[in-house]
Amino acid sequence: MEKLKVGVVGLGKMGLSHFAMVNAHPDVKTIACDGAGFMVDVLSKNIDTPIYRDYDEMLAKEPLDAVVIATPSRLHAPMVTAALDKGLHVFCEKPFCLDWADSQRLTDAATQKNLVAQVGYHYRYVGAFREMKRLIDAGAIGRITHVLAEAYGPVVLRPKRTTWRTDKAEGGGCLYDYAAHPLNLLNWFFGAPDRVMGSHLGQVFSEGTDDEVFSTLRWNEGPTAQLSVNWSDESHRKMSTKISLIGTNGRLYADRQECQAYLRKPVDGLEGYDEGWTVKYTTELTEDRWFYLRGEEYSGQLDDFICAARDGKAQALENGFASATETDRTMAMIIENAETGNAVGEARTGAPQPAKKRGWFGR
Amino acid sequence: MDKLLFGDNQFFGINHMSEEKARAQAMRFQKTQAIMDVLDVAYDAGINTFMCTTHDRIAEIAKRVKADPVRYADFQFYPCMPYAHKYANAVTEHGMVGALREFMPKDGLLATALTGTKALATKEVDGIAKVLIDMEMKMFEGTKTPVVFIQNVFTDLLLGMGFTRALRIFDDHIREKWGAEPAYITMNMPMLLDALEKEGIERPIICSNINKIGFRMSGGFDAYLDALKSGRVRAVAMSVYASGAIPADEAIHWISELPGVESIVFGASSAGNIHGTKALVDKYMGQPA
Repeated sequence: MEKLKVGVVGLGKMGLSHFAMVNAHPDVKTIACDGAGFMVDVLSKNIDTPIYRDYDEMLAKEPLDAVVIATPSRLHAPMVTAALDKGLHVFCEKPFCLDWADSQRLTDAATQKNLVAQVGYHYRYVGAFREMKRLIDAGAIGRITHVLAEAYGPVVLRPKRTTWRTDKAEGGGCLYDYAAHPLNLLNWFFGAPDRVMGSHLGQVFSEGTDDEVFSTLRWNEGPTAQLSVNWSDESHRKMSTKISLIGTNGRLYADRQECQAYLRKPVDGLEGYDEGWTVKYTTELTEDRWFYLRGEEYSGQLDDFICAARDGKAQALENGFASATETDRTMAMIIENAETGNAVGEARTGAPQPAKKRGWFGR
Repeated sequence: MDKLLFGDNQFFGINHMSEEKARAQAMRFQKTQAIMDVLDVAYDAGINTFMCTTHDRIAEIAKRVKADPVRYADFQFYPCMPYAHKYANAVTEHGMVGALREFMPKDGLLATALTGTKALATKEVDGIAKVLIDMEMKMFEGTKTPVVFIQNVFTDLLLGMGFTRALRIFDDHIREKWGAEPAYITMNMPMLLDALEKEGIERPIICSNINKIGFRMSGGFDAYLDALKSGRVRAVAMSVYASGAIPADEAIHWISELPGVESIVFGASSAGNIHGTKALVDKYMGQPA
């Protein structure tokens, strides 16, 4: 079978590791692309893969099947547009687009062209969060009312020079970089929130953008969630994302390593989950892919993308553009709420529950 | 190499099972003395090799070992470089070139080359790599370091990109300058072995996950077993317990029957676990030579 020709665009922090993983894939012939710079310089002298310095030139000259885009977020919308115009399958790093109207437009374009269009929200490929999703869908803890979504890590620990990651206009900041992940998981579990309130985008060390995020999200037919994110927390060795859920039949907790469930009563169809605590670890929730670099989730998402594109599928298996658009929209609601102080979105429709009149000793 | 090597993940809050446990360990090993106490238990149990990251805190350990040459006469380090976080942080702070410049001798030719706008010549790139290696080795001067590893994130990044010439530079430099055996940690052993052979590196020492349940043996369980049986690799097995998923006795017994595995590296924080693993390795793999 002929190999899938994939262009990896952007050789920065994420791009380099995407490039290494795609390049090692047995079904892929890889082309790389980045502007001039030290890395391009060193690599072009030392590896066989051709490296283009210009994106348009690569698109024009190479008969590509797909692109992996890992450039600063501001460039996602124009680069994805150009790739879709050429009829290429697209894997784009998160966050998808800074203006969710672009996200929506590109979702429609990809759907219309039957292309595999995926965004790099790798937490949906972490075994423990997949297990959490499976348990939620199986109704393991009944009606979920109470959600806490958190992410902490050591990115900005002192005032420092500006890069695109610390420039809000470029798509930097704790909301886009960190909070996007737990929000994307909440979107996966519950869809887009109906109402966002109490949002705070705070600065700790950065001047141009936020270092910490709080928000309250409400689903009219679902739970209320609190989001707590901070990327100026040195006590964490690296980014740590965790979700806790409480429902009428128990509690679920997941992070990258494990999924803990407490069930008040066993639920039909969930084998191995008895009354009380059940803990599943990465070791048993993980499957190996062709190559491991930083975690199965990174390999897993690229493998799914490559296989779907290779097999001519008309959409992504997971993390399609539509789902990333939901997350972009959720972040836009948080920004609006934080800026205006007004709740964003529709409140619960239908008659509110009247407060019971109570006498002095009334029950 | 000894049959049993002592690892250091447990000292630095790395635990593949639980973030809670990882944090508890980070708290427990906050003080260097706490690390030293565990190392002493291992050393007194006859485990002489400490396979460790070139973490800043390891410099403290090296200092203590050097300070008592009688007590630690047989103590040896297998450094694993680089300590990636140090570089990742520097890159975030100073950019790629700025970070490299930070690590170069300030008045040297390489620092000058990095300041220039001209593309770096190949031999300048090689020179930078060698300076970085020497810097990582600095903390071990005056100790025994017969084997030096390159960390899996780096090995595998270079492997994936096809930049295996960098591994060759590492290999040559560790032999020539440091008189030690170069070695490789990877999560993709069969693929790495092929790539190293293409670089002319024969029978390399490779440390990778090797366990009965195939946990994180990327490239496939069978490909690992084939590589081991072929005699082309001197393997060091890590994650032999698959983070606790396999009972200790069963795990070590299984490993002991594999050809090509010269050593096992394990991490533990309690005397019980250290003595337990040592006893099992003695039982199934014989005394170290």
